[in-house]
Amino acid sequence: MEAIELELVQEKLESYLNKHVYVHLETTNGAYASHFNDQAYNVGAFIRNAQISYKQAKIVGSGSAYRVGLKTEIGWVYAEGLSSWEVDEQNRLLMAGHDREGRLMVALQISETPFNN
Amino acid sequence: MEKHVVVIYPHPDDEAFGASGTIAKFRHEGVPVTYLCGTLGEMGRNMGNPTFANRETLPEYRKQELIAACQVLDMDLRMLGYRDKTIEFESRDEIAEHLKSILEEIKPSLVITHYPGHAVHPDHDALGAAAVEAVARMEEAQRPTLWAQAISRNHAEVLGNPDIVQDITPFFEKKMATILAHESQAQGVLGGMNQNMPNSDLEAIAKERLGTEQFYTWKFS
Repeated sequence: MEAIELELVQEKLESYLNKHVYVHLETTNGAYASHFNDQAYNVGAFIRNAQISYKQAKIVGSGSAYRVGLKTEIGWVYAEGLSSWEVDEQNRLLMAGHDREGRLMVALQISETPFNN
Repeated sequence: MEKHVVVIYPHPDDEAFGASGTIAKFRHEGVPVTYLCGTLGEMGRNMGNPTFANRETLPEYRKQELIAACQVLDMDLRMLGYRDKTIEFESRDEIAEHLKSILEEIKPSLVITHYPGHAVHPDHDALGAAAVEAVARMEEAQRPTLWAQAISRNHAEVLGNPDIVQDITPFFEKKMATILAHESQAQGVLGGMNQNMPNSDLEAIAKERLGTEQFYTWKFS
């Protein structure tokens, strides 16, 4: 993955406007968070292959962390802390944010075909 | 001597950190070992250091790493096809029957798995519980011995000390090689074990933390 370039990601986000797309949205601090640090809480959520259609998309932020919001007819999809991106060989938009050790903390991915189960 | 050992853990690398010294010891004695690996670690957070995987490519990397690790240990591998982070939401009954059918085919004399309720990761607890259930459902005469591995902070307080304590120092090189075969995870997991010394020698960390492997012999009532 490469460091996010705002204009390029914005362009890619808009290429999916008003299409039926599949979304993978995830955030996690790992199953061992409170095992290694008793002050920490394990938190995490993921949804894979949620099918949506969005009519507006925007990436906002600067420097190393960005926010992405997708507006649908009846709601929103949002992710914060994104710093890396790529368009993979299946033409899917993969975005992620990692911690200092390179561990994934947040992911937002958009595809016109379902992600592998 | 054991006839055949089956190791049941959910993630590629659980066998490396958890039981690879013990596995190497059994293989050294000529005992066949089969690893039933529950998932491909699809949701792992470590993406290599420096990062080389992403959420979509990670399963393929971890599959190749798993195969390589099993080659290091010279053990058979079966991938069970569940998905990382979802095992506790599957039907316990179905997983137990799935495992039981494989155990009845392999007819091991010993099964190694996680101690349910004391294995920290929800997948560990759930697959450990299903493995215990699978063995419990076998006819008593065919039932293998079961060793359960507890890694919770309070396991010794709650369960007493483990009755099986293996000094795996003689097989430590093999253990390290197995851990390092899991390239996308090794650095992150070892580093996470010693956050005060993030840049210290991985092998020193591993020897300090991983020089013994401990298990509880499960008591079936």
